[in-house]
Amino acid sequence: MKNTSFFGKLISHREWLLGAIIVLMLVGVGYTAPFFVTPSNLAEAFDDTSILIMLACAQMLVILTRCIDLSVASNIALTGMCVALFNVAYPETPALVTLILSIGIGIVLGAFNGVLVWLVGIPSIVVTLGTMSVYRGFVFLLSDGEWVNAHEMTPQFLALPRATFLDLTVLSWIAIAVTLALFVFTRFTKTGLSIFAVGGNPKAAVYSGLNVGKHQFITFCISGAVAGMCGYLWVSRYAVAYVEVALAFELQVVAACVIGGISIAGGIGTIWGAALGAIFLGLIKNALPVIGISPFWQLAISGLVIVLAVIINSRSEKRGGRRILREAHQ
Amino acid sequence: MNRPVLELRNISKTFPGVKALDGVELQLYPGQVTALIGENGAGKSTLVKVLTGIYAPDGGDILIDDEPVTMAAATDAKRFGISAIHQEAVMFDELTVTENIFINNQNRNVFGLLDWPLMRKRAKTLLQYLDVNIDPDLPLRELSVAHKHLVSFASALSVNSNIVIMDEPTASLSHHEIQELYRLVRRLRDEGKAILFISHKFDEIFEICDRYTVFRDGQFVGSGEITDVTQDDLVAMMVGRTVQQVYPKIDAEIGDAVMSVEGLSHPTEFADITFDLRKGEILGFYGLVGAGRSEVMQALFGLTPISSGAMHLNGKPFKPRTPGDAVDQGLVYVPEDRQHQGAILTLPIFQNITLPQLGGLSRSGFIDMAREYDVAREYATRLQLKASSLSENVENLSGGNQQKVVIGKWLATNPNVIIVDEPTKGIDIGSKAAVHKFMGELVAQGLSVIMVSSELPEVMGMADRVIVMHEGRIVARFDRQNMTAEAIVTAATGA
Repeated sequence: MKNTSFFGKLISHREWLLGAIIVLMLVGVGYTAPFFVTPSNLAEAFDDTSILIMLACAQMLVILTRCIDLSVASNIALTGMCVALFNVAYPETPALVTLILSIGIGIVLGAFNGVLVWLVGIPSIVVTLGTMSVYRGFVFLLSDGEWVNAHEMTPQFLALPRATFLDLTVLSWIAIAVTLALFVFTRFTKTGLSIFAVGGNPKAAVYSGLNVGKHQFITFCISGAVAGMCGYLWVSRYAVAYVEVALAFELQVVAACVIGGISIAGGIGTIWGAALGAIFLGLIKNALPVIGISPFWQLAISGLVIVLAVIINSRSEKRGGRRILREAHQ
Repeated sequence: MNRPVLELRNISKTFPGVKALDGVELQLYPGQVTALIGENGAGKSTLVKVLTGIYAPDGGDILIDDEPVTMAAATDAKRFGISAIHQEAVMFDELTVTENIFINNQNRNVFGLLDWPLMRKRAKTLLQYLDVNIDPDLPLRELSVAHKHLVSFASALSVNSNIVIMDEPTASLSHHEIQELYRLVRRLRDEGKAILFISHKFDEIFEICDRYTVFRDGQFVGSGEITDVTQDDLVAMMVGRTVQQVYPKIDAEIGDAVMSVEGLSHPTEFADITFDLRKGEILGFYGLVGAGRSEVMQALFGLTPISSGAMHLNGKPFKPRTPGDAVDQGLVYVPEDRQHQGAILTLPIFQNITLPQLGGLSRSGFIDMAREYDVAREYATRLQLKASSLSENVENLSGGNQQKVVIGKWLATNPNVIIVDEPTKGIDIGSKAAVHKFMGELVAQGLSVIMVSSELPEVMGMADRVIVMHEGRIVARFDRQNMTAEAIVTAATGA
């Protein structure tokens, strides 16, 4: 039952397909606007996409277990506001401590989602739709709707994501490190492998002694941790914290996963797919204005790509039924 | 004889409405293959789930090497050296062969990370031991059913277990593959493992098993050495009922054929299905689970496309392309899986009953609720539905009453032919009798019923004629004069 059609081969190597499309787009845009493909500009575009890449990779783990985390953008806003206010209150705190604090806050917010999914048994889309509003509501309660502006933040708080190392920003390096770490996690740890298993066939997972809910909980914690860290990186990169930070950004994160070939039905996907899906969206966002395409077209093009990706995903996920007649009769 | 390595004493397991296991016992000895035999619903699969920690028993003891143990999760079974090859495909299609084999039993390298090169090597060794040539890096979905089965064997062997449970391991294998499997079972036996071999096929039970244990209706019937019994003895133990259950069979006047099916075939699920259905008749379809009966019924109902064959209903060619076509022409299907295919659990009873005929109950696009209620009330009364009100949601009803709603829903469309798939599966005795009585009334009114059932007493008690299917084909036909339990079971097992 091998899927040998050209279409089948193409979609079974989604990462290569996406990579090729990205290279083609770079060549095309570079032909029209050569400055876009200069190393410094590409580094800038990558920096701009870093947060989306990290969130997409973490979201992929959640989606693998047949769940979804819609609260990541609100997590960013809440954690970002928390660390910004913390920075105002304790200006002496080193940036690294702030980073660790943001991860800690993020894990708590993610774990809350995870507990509701695992132990209370509420579908993740309902849980995170709720916490999406709850977390953003907390931002307002914490800040009274006020902004925390650049002049209130300390220089070291602002410097971390912008510092450069080998021509890339620290933010870019963090994104690369998170992506590699999650790759190792998915390929070379028992928990990572189990996440694929519980999403691919929950029933078989139970028979293999794997706890489906617990692994869903773990992915929500990871998604929360990454979102929390991105909360700090976001407010320091844009040098402002307010209620609407990253509003509706979760949709881009989920879209990046879908484009990257992560099956919404669970169990199928790779870290590279999620990362390339994010890079693809980042490229559209950064390259289209350069070649003079209006922002409205950008929205329409992103939307079309997502629909196309969903169609391709659903085609590649068709599985063979069972066969009752003996094979000799076929 | 040596001591049993595993012993079950007085194990019980109850599900709502069903006593799946009722004080059963079982002994497994090292170096012996024990067959577990019983009809569909005898409790074999439940027992496997108890042995592998999927279900916790309600009562009784599990002893391993004479020590009582508790098995709360699948990981416990592994700890006690029990591994199982399940009947259903409980593997991971999207993972590779190696990943499947070591899904819960991985090797790690010095960094604490999974050691894939070592596991790939071990997978190769295991597959070589099984004498199969499978690339350990292929995703499982690209393997044939037989090879998937062998991968689950490799997975069971990757854990060093003394007790191996095989739940119908030959169900999807060809003759050659079965011979290979026998060789493997003998090798495991000679290595001193205790094997529980669950099978419906007497030829293989006599070929490779040393001992037998028979269950019937969740109860232990007997056990012993396989050399002390004949096939007839085992069949008698499986089907023997001291008290014949009472079926309210009403003998209706059987008329001419209302439906004829000739040479119906499907590329992979069934072939050469030919039969007539007469007015006022209950036609039973018996077979093991997975014999292709439901697939044939779904084809009659327009759910599954056929590759060849012809059907006639009421003398006219019948070619349903959708269930809507079938309903329009007077054929309805009451599916086996009520929860998923039969009723909309979250809607009230009256809306479920009127769902297939909303068009007829509407005036200029608006539903006439008063008439909707009248129709629902009529069928609820005829079916003796027990509910506080017709506005109650179907999910709050008992299994038997849910089944009545599903049947009532289709009767309200005034069909000629009604197909009921496992009409009394999982419902209590009282509701069973009501459903049976009602089926009798239907044929008395001139309807024709096709009843798919895996319960032998039900088939024998209710059906005027019985068609037996095995592996997608009709293998035997009986009418009331020549129907015996032994002959039906023998035909269904393909013996």
